[in-house]
Amino acid sequence: MSLTPTDIDRIAHLARLALPEQQRERMLTRLNGFFGIVETMRAVDTQGVLPLAHPLAAIQDVQLRLREDVASEPDQREANQRNAPAVEAGLFLVPRVIE
Amino acid sequence: MTAPKLIQGYEVVIGFETHAQLRTQSKIFSRAATAFGAEPNTQACAVDLALPGTLPVMNREAVQCAIKLGLALGSRIAPRSVFARKNYFYPDLPKGYQISQFEIPVVQGGEVSFFLGDEKRTVRLVRAHLEEDAGKSLHEDFHGQSGIDLNRAGTPLLEIVTEPDMRSSAEAVAYAKELHKIVTWIGVCDGNMQEGSFRCDANVSVRKPGQSLGTRREIKNLNSFKFMQQAIDYEIRWQIEEIEDGRAIQQATVLFDPDTGETRAMRTKEDSADYRYFPDPDLPPLCISEQWIEETRGLMPELPRKMAERLVTDHGLPEYDATTLTQSPAMAAYFEAAARASGAPKLASNWIMGEVSKRLNAEEIGIDAAKVPAAQLARLIGRVQDGTLSNAAARQVFDALWSGESGDVDALIEAKGLRQMNDTGALEKIIDEVIAANPGNVEQFKAGKDKAFNALVGQVMKASQGTANPAQVNALLRARLGA
Amino acid sequence: MAAALHDQTVAQLAAALRAREVSAVELARHFLGRIERHAGLGAFLATDEAVTLAQARAADARLTQGGAPLLAGVPLAHKDIFVTRDFPTTAGSLMLKGYRSPFDSAVVSKLADQGMVCLGKLNCDEFAMGSSNENSAYGPARNPWNPGRVPGGSSGGSAAAVAARLVPAATGTDTGGSIRQPASFCGLTGIKPTYGRASRHGMIAFASSLDQAGPMARTAEDCALLLSSMCGPDPDRDATSLDVPAEDFTRALDGRLDGLRIGVPREFFGEGLASGVRAAIDAALAELEKLGARRVAISLPRTELAIPVYYVIAPAEASSNLARFDGVKFGHRAKDYADLEDMYKRTRAEGFGDEVQRRIMTGTYVLSHGYYDAYYLQAQKLRRMIADDFQRAFQDCDVIAGPVAPTVAWALGAHGQDPLADYLADIYTLPASLAGLPGMSVPAGFGEDGLPVGLQLIGNYLQEGRLLNVAHRLQQATDFHLRAPEGF
Repeated sequence: MSLTPTDIDRIAHLARLALPEQQRERMLTRLNGFFGIVETMRAVDTQGVLPLAHPLAAIQDVQLRLREDVASEPDQREANQRNAPAVEAGLFLVPRVIE
Repeated sequence: MTAPKLIQGYEVVIGFETHAQLRTQSKIFSRAATAFGAEPNTQACAVDLALPGTLPVMNREAVQCAIKLGLALGSRIAPRSVFARKNYFYPDLPKGYQISQFEIPVVQGGEVSFFLGDEKRTVRLVRAHLEEDAGKSLHEDFHGQSGIDLNRAGTPLLEIVTEPDMRSSAEAVAYAKELHKIVTWIGVCDGNMQEGSFRCDANVSVRKPGQSLGTRREIKNLNSFKFMQQAIDYEIRWQIEEIEDGRAIQQATVLFDPDTGETRAMRTKEDSADYRYFPDPDLPPLCISEQWIEETRGLMPELPRKMAERLVTDHGLPEYDATTLTQSPAMAAYFEAAARASGAPKLASNWIMGEVSKRLNAEEIGIDAAKVPAAQLARLIGRVQDGTLSNAAARQVFDALWSGESGDVDALIEAKGLRQMNDTGALEKIIDEVIAANPGNVEQFKAGKDKAFNALVGQVMKASQGTANPAQVNALLRARLGA
Repeated sequence: MAAALHDQTVAQLAAALRAREVSAVELARHFLGRIERHAGLGAFLATDEAVTLAQARAADARLTQGGAPLLAGVPLAHKDIFVTRDFPTTAGSLMLKGYRSPFDSAVVSKLADQGMVCLGKLNCDEFAMGSSNENSAYGPARNPWNPGRVPGGSSGGSAAAVAARLVPAATGTDTGGSIRQPASFCGLTGIKPTYGRASRHGMIAFASSLDQAGPMARTAEDCALLLSSMCGPDPDRDATSLDVPAEDFTRALDGRLDGLRIGVPREFFGEGLASGVRAAIDAALAELEKLGARRVAISLPRTELAIPVYYVIAPAEASSNLARFDGVKFGHRAKDYADLEDMYKRTRAEGFGDEVQRRIMTGTYVLSHGYYDAYYLQAQKLRRMIADDFQRAFQDCDVIAGPVAPTVAWALGAHGQDPLADYLADIYTLPASLAGLPGMSVPAGFGEDGLPVGLQLIGNYLQEGRLLNVAHRLQQATDFHLRAPEGF
């Protein structure tokens, strides 16, 4: 599996990472090196094996716990917005969203 | 089933995706409140804002709503379903992914049946799954920026997806209305479309009969039935025009502009977004036991369609009436109460479909604000049944009840002197007087003019000040005239 | 006081505090002074004397009143992956420079409830991604045994601080070995519990299905003390938290090891293992045999596969977990941008370092359309096979033992040209991470260049007590854990 510059651009866009020209080459090399290691994994026969999404599922039935429907979170807007880059009238400001 | 109506020779294919906000106190994955209309970001806690280190915790009530919906739609409720992350970047999506369900949704299959005119239609459902709502972008100008309110982020949703079974905009709207009725009836959604509690996306495509499915465009966020029909109609015409002009339809997401009545493609989302779905490692699989499903089944009210069928079967009501009477739990309760108290379901139905509905529509109020309670209506119906009141007189009494003049049916009858004359002796006397006073009409009637008969009936009614029983007048007059 | 304050263990300090032989404020000042003197180690990212002394004074008040909690007044420091209200949290990244969390991590709260006094936040690889602490945006941390060497990572600051006795204990996190490996490189005792044993609430997420919090200290007893407080169900805030009651891990420390079967995986002793490391491990195993344990040869056949499996799963989850860093609600936002898309891209390119960007890229790729089945899904299936391999092995042994890493700590910058070398060096710690099993590193002596070597102990699910027991007994028979680097 060899990645192309087009792949790099597509992935960088999906990940919203600005990747200047010079860095694209380096990223391409690094990632191709990485995928060299990963190739060994692909060839292994995993027929009939269920994926292990939650580690303890290897030995027991792991189920989602449910909580009661109670709205107990108080309004903590000020504390929660303390780290916001841009806030006005309680709203987070961002460059104009065009639909 | 009748063949679908073609438009300019094209068959229309429509599928719906509906997002219903669930009536829970708290959000699906956090304990912030879900009430509508709060000040911006006052109902967005750390989890909703995706602050570093926060994790989702599942709301039991949201699952309960899913089970109820699954039962109402005749679906299969998955014993084990999985939450997945749908990854994309948007300012109203704090985590940069939406927690939804992908490969294994909680509700699978099911169907919605409704009437389109006289015809019964059934739309099959693919699935319904739980997911979280996003926040809102406000585009009022903040120096050229948008303001993001995350109060709505994390509100529980059920996304209900149909097969592309609909063949006209009218059918689509009928489906949406029936689904709306169901989700509000079973109490999982408040159905407030203006507040965004029930939002529909319509997938529309056209094709020549016999061809494979055409490319579809998705009309997003239709939150009024009126606009729904308008939007779909426009989209159909637009697509046909494009094809007729030799252009292929590009898959796109479109918005309906109510001011212009047109659908317009959104800024094209490049090569159909790659959401990179994968099971959310923060949430183990959701398990729903048979026991929980059965317990929920026991809590379910009789569903509107079932109740309507029962009204048709048990009381001989027409389908249309039965559907109208089961349009909401409040309406159904009103009908049941009036029917039971009066023992006359057909009459109760007529009154509700007629006089009651007329006034509700004119005053733009719901049945829960009806100014004549069901018990009073039942009493009124009783007085018509036992001959005390003629229909005309009953309407007068109803007017008085509705306007609040009095709440006592019998008192009104006495006060207005509306008691129907049932004394045949007195009636015969009046009839004789009228015959004597209207020789011309009698002549004409005997000459075969039925209109003359009605005029004589009218005279009798007038002479009795409306209290004569019209059926009796009819019978006695005919007898007198030897007809 | 027998030894200098900073040479005492948590257990010893707790006792001294209770006996009022020393005050919490005294201790705090003592360690803060050392932290300042050894700033060149790059262990700490944040301190705040006022906050620390306030906590110390509160602890002293409780100690005077009586009824103070077990660890009242004992200082510790937290890896900068744990959010704290009283100190900034950076996760070693420019993305969170100056970030102040409105809430504390579960782990931080639990240890604060025990009366521990926080000395500050510790350096780490950015977003816990790395094996050397060279991926921190705030400069590397250095190995006190040789400041030209890496302390290991990602909990490098934690390891450096404890090894240099700037703090008696520290918290770390372990996703692929980030507690065990720095503990090994710095001659410390560290333990990663069973996945889900400690709440992840407040722990900035790297790889959700792998991340676990754990203590790093100089003795197994200290680790047992801290771990007991750190673990416990947290169903209200972490859905992956195990429904297993908190346990007092100090109770079983002294159990005898007679008949204990120690599984030694042959795959952990292949070509890549440095001879100095091998020798130290062999010696440690011999010590355990002297204590009554018995070696059993076992096989973990998919050990090497753990590398690609981990480096597919972890970056995939990370790429999604880090999507929230978008310059909208908190954290860094670029100064100049043309529009929303530009804002996202510049913000993230500026905020994230190279290694984080690389992992986001690989993670995004393996989840993307057309590649999900071949990479992510395949990796999750292999993950199950690796977990099953361990279950098979545990039929023949009680504890698995081997090296933590193939070598001793490498020189700063040595892997610079080849970041993949970092990945390959994780080979022995990754398998237990993937399976979610508890794993420990215990000082086992010294290898090449006189640098520390750690013995890895891997237990079956929920067997932390047994691991700590083995480690404790080994520490009663050896003194590697008591050695200190010179100059500190």
